[in-house]
Amino acid sequence: MANAQPTLVTKSARQSSVGAPPRRSVKSRERRRGRIGWLFIAPFALVFVVFLVAPLAYAFYLSLYTKGLATGGVPVFSGVANYIQAFTDPVFLGGVLFVAHFALVLIPVQMIISLAAALVLDAVVTRFTRFARLMIFLPYAVPAVIGALMWGFLYSPNFGPLTQLFGANAPFPLSPDNVFYGLMNVVTWQWAGYYMIIIYAALRSIDPTLYEAARIDGANAWQVAWRIKVPMVSSALVLILVFALIGTLQFFTEPSILAPVSNGSITLGFTPNIYAFNQAFQYSNVNYASALSFALGIVVFIAVYIFLFATRNRGSFLK
Amino acid sequence: MKKKALVAVLTAVALAGTLAACSSGGSSSSASSGTSPKLSNCSNKYVYPKAPEVSVWGWYPNMKLVVDNFNKLHKDVQICWNNVGQGGDEYTKVQTAITAKKGLPDVVMLEADHLATYEIQGALVDISKYGADKVKSNFSAGAWNDVSGAGGAVYAAPVDGGPLALIYRTDIFTKYGITTPPKTWAEYAADAAKVKAAGGPLFGDFGANVPALTMALQIQKGATPFAYSSASPKSIKIDLDDQTSQDVLNYWAGLVANKEVGTADQFTTDYISGVVGGKYATYVSAAWAPGYLTGAGVGKGASSGVWAVAPLPQWSTSKPVQTNWGGSAFAVTNQATDKKLAAEVALGIYADPASLKNGWENQIIFPLNQSVLKSSAFLSNKSTFFSGQTANKDVYVPAENAYKGINYSPLTVYYYAQLQAESTKINQGTETGAQAAATVQASLVKYAKSQGFTVTQ
Repeated sequence: MANAQPTLVTKSARQSSVGAPPRRSVKSRERRRGRIGWLFIAPFALVFVVFLVAPLAYAFYLSLYTKGLATGGVPVFSGVANYIQAFTDPVFLGGVLFVAHFALVLIPVQMIISLAAALVLDAVVTRFTRFARLMIFLPYAVPAVIGALMWGFLYSPNFGPLTQLFGANAPFPLSPDNVFYGLMNVVTWQWAGYYMIIIYAALRSIDPTLYEAARIDGANAWQVAWRIKVPMVSSALVLILVFALIGTLQFFTEPSILAPVSNGSITLGFTPNIYAFNQAFQYSNVNYASALSFALGIVVFIAVYIFLFATRNRGSFLK
Repeated sequence: MKKKALVAVLTAVALAGTLAACSSGGSSSSASSGTSPKLSNCSNKYVYPKAPEVSVWGWYPNMKLVVDNFNKLHKDVQICWNNVGQGGDEYTKVQTAITAKKGLPDVVMLEADHLATYEIQGALVDISKYGADKVKSNFSAGAWNDVSGAGGAVYAAPVDGGPLALIYRTDIFTKYGITTPPKTWAEYAADAAKVKAAGGPLFGDFGANVPALTMALQIQKGATPFAYSSASPKSIKIDLDDQTSQDVLNYWAGLVANKEVGTADQFTTDYISGVVGGKYATYVSAAWAPGYLTGAGVGKGASSGVWAVAPLPQWSTSKPVQTNWGGSAFAVTNQATDKKLAAEVALGIYADPASLKNGWENQIIFPLNQSVLKSSAFLSNKSTFFSGQTANKDVYVPAENAYKGINYSPLTVYYYAQLQAESTKINQGTETGAQAAATVQASLVKYAKSQGFTVTQ
C-alpha cells in the first residue's frame, strides 16, 4: 500500500499540469481518488478490524478483570493483577523457558537442513531434482494435525517401528527425557521443506553471470556456495528466521495433538499457548487466559524486535 | 486526513451493517416459528415433527436408539440429539457455552463429578420440583447422593453408574499359580510380586490420566478429598494429603517402583493393544469397562474367553468399602427455553425399559435404575465378556448397593489436572506418593483461594 499511494499522487499531479483544469476541481478529484483508495482497502480493513483488532482489544479488556468460581461469576476490575500473576506463575514461565530453549535448538537445525537441501537442489541438476524437491516439500502439504497424529503412531511403544527395530528396550521419543527431540523431529519434518522452497526460490533469482564471473576468477563450487549464494539469499534466511521464531514461541498444535499419547510428558502447561488454552477452556479462567495470551504476545514482540534489530544491516526484509 | 478516516470508518460500518443484516435476518426468521426456535442439524429424525423440541447432547454408543425410543413414546415432546464428543471433549464445549452465556443445549449428559463445577456457575437447573423427586425411589441412596445438592436440590437424572471391581485374566492367573483373585490390596501386591518374580507380565496399570479412578481408590481407604455444599458455595474443605490419600499413592508408587505394574496412560490405542496382548494381568475398573473393552476390540481372537471379574480388593476385609468411577446423568441447563419440558426429557430419556435393556445387554451402561438392578433377567445374566460369569449378581450389584456416594467439589477439572500431573511424576519415579499428595493439596488450596473460596484444610 505504501508504494501505491505515491504513484497515484504523482500521476494525478502530472495530469493536472498537462490538462490544466481549474484548481478547485483538481482538489475534489484528488479527494475522490482518496476516497476510492479507502474503498479498495475497506475489505481488508474490515477483516483486519473484526478479526484482529477487535478480538485483541476485547482480550485486553478481559485481561484487566478477575472472575472467581465462588464470587458469583461477576467480573471484578483488578488492573494488572493478572499480569503480575502471569509473570510470577512458574507454569507460565516454565512454558516460556521451554519454547525459548526449543527455538534456540530447533531453528538453527531447521535452517541448516533447509539451506543444505536448497543449495544441493540448486547446484545439482538431474532428472531426480524435481522429484526430490517435491518430496522434501511434501510434509508441508500434510496438515499439521494429521502429521502429528501420524508421528504419534510412529512413536508408539507398542506397535511403532522403533519397537520392531530395538525390541523391548526401544526408546520412547515422547518420554520426559526425549520429548524435546521427539517434537523437534516432527516440527523439522513439517517445516524444513517449506523453508527449503523459500531459499530455493531466492537462489533461482540470482543472476547466473555472477557464477560465471566467480568461476573465471577460479572459485570452486564450495566457494560459489559460501561466498555468493548464501550472502545473496540472506534476506530469505532472515525471513525464515522470523517465521520460525514466531511459530516456535506460539508452539501449540503438535504438542496438543501428541499430549494424549505422551504418557503425561506433555503437561497442561507445556507451552504458553497450551497453558492459555487450558486456562480458558478447561478451568473457565477466561480472564487469566487473556492475560497469558497478552503476556506471551509481549514476549514474542520483544524477541522478534531484538532479532530484527540485531540483523538490521543484513537482508532487505522489513527495511 | 480526518475526512479520509471518516470515510473509512463509514465504509467499514456500512459493510458491517450488511453483514449484521444477514445474520439478524437469519435468526429472526427462525425465532418466528414459536416459543422455542426450530432446531436444525439433529442427528435423529422426529417421530412427531409438530411437537415442541428439546435439544440434547450425549455420547452413549446406543444413543440413537435411546432417542428414537423416547420420541416414539412422547407425542408432546421430541428430542433433537447431537453427540459433540465424549467426556472431556464435551465438557470443553459445555464450559465455553456457559462462559459465552449461549450455545448450551436444553439437556446435557454429564458425569456426576462435573455437576458441582457447572452448578456453582449457575448453569444447571434444580429439577426436584419438575418431577425428579417422584423417581428418587428408583435409585440407590449413593447414586441419588451423587446428583443431589443442598436442601433437596437435584441437578441431574442418573442413568449409568460405575461401581469398581477387579477384572483379571484367567490364563495369566492359572499360569502363575494364583488360584483365587486377591481379596485385599495386600494380597494384590503379593500376587503382583509373585508374577514379577516368575518373569510374568505386569500385574496392573497405574494410569496417570485416570485421576478419577485414583481418587475413587483413595476414597475407598477413607479419604474425603473435599467437603463442599451448595448451601454455602463460598466455603470448601480440602483434604488431599491426609494419611489415607498418601497411603494409596504410596501403595501404587511402590508397585510402580518394583516394576510390578505398568505406567501407561489408559484409554489409548497403546494401552488397549497391551491389554489385548496379555501385557497386564488385571484391570481395576468400573462396571462399564467390559462394554468399553469389547468396543475397543478386547475379548476377541487371542484375548477371548480369558476374562473374569472379582470384587474390588479391600484394605480391610472386616470393613469392606465400595467405590465408584464415572457413570453419567442428564442435567437441565439454565439456557433451556422451557425448563419443565427439558426436565421431562432429562427424567424420561434412557429410563424406558427397552432402552435400558439394550444398554445393559450390550454392556454399554451399568444401569442405576432399581427396576433393572432387581430384575431377575439382569441378575441372572451370564456375561459374554466374562465367559458366562454372572458378573452382575456376583460382583457389580452388591458393589452398587453398598456404595454411599461421593461429595464432589466444583474444582473437579483443576483437581484432576493436578492429580494427573503428580501421578505422572510418581510414574517417572521423581516423586513419592506422599510428596505428590502434598503438592496437589498445596496447589488446590492456592487455586481455591484465587477463585474466591474460604478454604479450610
